[in-house]
Amino acid sequence: MIARLSALALTFLSVLPAPLAAQEATARYGSGDTPFLLRSTTDIAILEPVIARFAERNPELTVTYEQWGSNALFDRSRDDCRGGGAVADAVFSSAVQQMVWLVNAACATAYRSPATEALPETRRWRDELWGVTMEPAVIVYNTRLLAGDEVPRSRFALLDALRAEPDRYRGRIATYDIAESGLGFLFAYADSLEATTFGSMLEAFARVGAVATCCSAEIIGGVAEGRYLIAYNVLGSYVATAAGDEVGTILPEDYTLVLSRGYMIPKGADRAEASGRLLEFLLTPEAQAMLATAGLVADMAAPETGLAPSARRSIPLTPALLVALDRNRRAQLLTRWSDAFRRAQVP
Amino acid sequence: MADLLAPPRSLASRVLGAVLVILLLGGVLVTGSIWWNGQQAARQSYDRILLGAARDIAEAIRVQDGAPFVDLPVSAFQLLAQAPDDRIYYAVHGPGGKLVTGLDARAPVAVPEAGEPGVSYFEASLHGEPARFVRLTRRFVERDFSGPVEVTVGQTLRARKAMTTELMLDALLPMALAGLVLMGIAALVLRRALRPLEALSEDLAERDPHDLTPMPVAGLPSELQVMVGSMNRFMGRLEGQFAAMRNLIADSAHQLRTPVAAIRVQAETARAEGDGAARMRALDRLLTRTRSLGRLLDQLLSHALVVHRTDSLPRVAVDLREVALEIFEEDDHATLSPGAGLRLEIGEDPVMVMADAFSLGEAARNMLANALAHGQAPVTMGVAGRGARAQLWVEDAGPGPAPEVVAKLGARFNRSSGSGERSTGIGFSIVTAVAEAFGGRVDLGQTDRGFRATLDLPAAPTEEAS
Repeated sequence: MIARLSALALTFLSVLPAPLAAQEATARYGSGDTPFLLRSTTDIAILEPVIARFAERNPELTVTYEQWGSNALFDRSRDDCRGGGAVADAVFSSAVQQMVWLVNAACATAYRSPATEALPETRRWRDELWGVTMEPAVIVYNTRLLAGDEVPRSRFALLDALRAEPDRYRGRIATYDIAESGLGFLFAYADSLEATTFGSMLEAFARVGAVATCCSAEIIGGVAEGRYLIAYNVLGSYVATAAGDEVGTILPEDYTLVLSRGYMIPKGADRAEASGRLLEFLLTPEAQAMLATAGLVADMAAPETGLAPSARRSIPLTPALLVALDRNRRAQLLTRWSDAFRRAQVP
Repeated sequence: MADLLAPPRSLASRVLGAVLVILLLGGVLVTGSIWWNGQQAARQSYDRILLGAARDIAEAIRVQDGAPFVDLPVSAFQLLAQAPDDRIYYAVHGPGGKLVTGLDARAPVAVPEAGEPGVSYFEASLHGEPARFVRLTRRFVERDFSGPVEVTVGQTLRARKAMTTELMLDALLPMALAGLVLMGIAALVLRRALRPLEALSEDLAERDPHDLTPMPVAGLPSELQVMVGSMNRFMGRLEGQFAAMRNLIADSAHQLRTPVAAIRVQAETARAEGDGAARMRALDRLLTRTRSLGRLLDQLLSHALVVHRTDSLPRVAVDLREVALEIFEEDDHATLSPGAGLRLEIGEDPVMVMADAFSLGEAARNMLANALAHGQAPVTMGVAGRGARAQLWVEDAGPGPAPEVVAKLGARFNRSSGSGERSTGIGFSIVTAVAEAFGGRVDLGQTDRGFRATLDLPAAPTEEAS
C-alpha cells in the first residue's frame, strides 16, 4: 500500500506541471545574428558534430543547444504550448510518446518536403513529428565478467541466468528508473505490450535486486567498471559512443525495440523556417552518416547484428503511444514496477 | 443558305453547346449527390471506429478500491489510428463529472448537455480543429461503487475528408471520362446528321444562278426533303413562268409577223389600185385583217393574263354553271356567228371547282368560239359533275377537225394553213393552259351528236362532303 501511494505520488508529480525544470547543459554553435534554440534529450557530446556542421552551413544562425531530461523537456514544451515561456525553435526527444502527446495537443507546426515524405509511415505523424534516428534498445554486459555462453542473447536467456544464479547477479543488474526517465518508461511500456516476458522479467529483476537508476551514462559507466554485470533496455546509441572494450552489446533475439527519436517544430517557433532546414539537414545522407557514426542510426540490416527482421519492433509514431501517457495506465505500470522493486528490497 | 455553317453561331455549335450544358448540369447534380453519399459513407465508417474505440475503453473500466479505473486498451487507439493523421481525444468521467482519466484535463472539450442515455455523437472543436465525438455511458452497480461512467472519444476529421474526396474522385473520374466520350460521340453524330445539310449548302453555293433544275432529294432526311421539295417546287414554278414568258414573246412575234405582213400587202395593194371598186375591195380585206389582228392581240393578252393569273392568284371556289351562264348571256357569239342556234345544258346542282373564274371564262369563251367558228350548228354548251370530276363542254353537230389536226391541238398555237383567217389557234392553247393550271385536262372526241370538246377539272370538295 505504501508502495502504491508513493507510486501514485510519483505519477502526480510527473503529470502535474512541475516548477519549470531547467536544462541540464547548454552549448552554442556558430555566431550568426539569428538565434536558433534547439532543445533535446540527447547528450551534447553525441550530437555535437551534426549540430556544428549545421551551424557551419547556416552561418547566419547561432544555434543554442539545450540538453534536457525527457520529462522536464515535456513539461516545459507543454507549458510553452499553453502559453508559458519562450518557445524553442525545435524539439528533439527520445521520449516519443511525449512528442506524440504534444502533436496531438496541437503544439506542433506542420512541415512537408520530399525528404519527409520519403520517411516510412512509422516514422512520421501528421507531418508534424518525424523519427530522425534508428536506435535499438539493447542489453549491455561487462565483457570481462561475462563471456561466451554466459552472455544472454535473448530475454529468455537472461531470465534463465537470473533464475540459475540469483546471487551472482544480485544488485548487479541495472535498468532505467521509469518514473524518472521518459525513455525508460517508453521501453517498459513497449515491453509491457509484449506481455509474455515482461511480467517474469519484472519478477526476476525484483528477486535479484535490480537497480533502477536514472541515466544512460551512469548505467554504462557502471557496466564498464564492473559494478553492474548486465544493463537491460539501454539505448544502443549511448553504448556505441560511451563504452570501451569492457562493454558488450546484445540485440535481444526474441525481439529488439527500435526507437526513432522524434523531431518536432513547436507551434509558435520564431524560426520555424530554420527548423525545417535543420530537419532537412538531419535527413540528408551526410547528416545520417554522421548520426550513424554517433550510433544514432543503427544499420539494422547489417549481417553482423545478426538480428532477424521479424525480431525488430519499431516503436511507431502513432497516436497509440498516447496510451503510454494515460494517467491510469501509467499509474498501473509504475505501481507494478515499484511493487516489484520495493518488494524485493524488503528482506 | 450558305451561312448556315458560318462561324458566329453554327447549328453544330448550338447543338453541341446544348449537349455540353446538359452534360455539365447532369455532372453538377451527380457530383453533388456523390459528394453527399461519400460524406455519409465516411461519416458512417469513421463513426463506427469511434464507437468501437469508445466501447473498447468502456469495457476496460473496472472498479478498484471504490473508484473507477481504466486499464486503457491499446487496441482502442490502434482502431483510432485507422485515421492515421487525425488528432485524438478521450476522457473518462465518473459521477459528477469527475475525471477518471483523459488526455489533457486542461483542454476540455465543449461537451453538449447529456441528453439521452446510451450512445450519442456530437461535433465540437478540438484544439481549434473541427472534430467528431462519441459519448457513451456505462453504469456500475457494485458494492463499493455505483453510478454512471461516461466515456468520450473524439477524432479530427482529416481521414473523413480524405475518404470523401477519394470516394468522390473515384466516382467522378470515370464520369468525367464518360462525359468526354459522350461529348465526342455527340459531335460525331451531329457531324453525320448535318452532312446532308452541308452537302446541300455546298450544292447551292456552287449552283449557277440561272440553273432552276430541281435539287436531288434522294438520301436526304425527311425534314430536309420537305424543305428541298418546296424549294424545288418554287424553282419549278419560276422555271414555268420563265418558259411561258419566253414562249409568249416568241409566239407573239411569230403570230404577229404574218398578219402585219398581210396588212402591209393589203395596204400597198389598196394604194396601187386606181380603180375605185377594186380599191374598196382591198380596203375591205384590209379591215378584215386588222380586225383579225385585233382579236389575235386580245387572245394573246388573254393568254398571258390566264397564265399569269393561274400562277399567281389564290384559287377560289367557282361554280362552272355560272361561268357557262355568263358566256351564254353575252352577245359575242351572236355577232361572231349569227344564227348558229346556241343552246345551254346545265343541271340543278352547283358544279364547283377550285379555280380562277376569269381564266375559266376565257377558256370557255375560246372553246365556244372554236365550235362556232369551225363546227356546224347547233352548238351546245353544257356543265356536268361526274363524281370527283367537273366538266364544262362545248358540242357541235359537225364531224370535228381532221384527226391530224386534233393530234396537234394539244401543242401551242396552231395556225394551220387550212383554217380561215379568223382562226388563230391560240384559243385552244388558252384552254389547255387553264386545264393544266387547275390540274385538269382537255378531252376531244366524237359523240353520237357530233364533236365535243371537254374541259375536265377535279371537282372541289363540297360542303356536304367535307
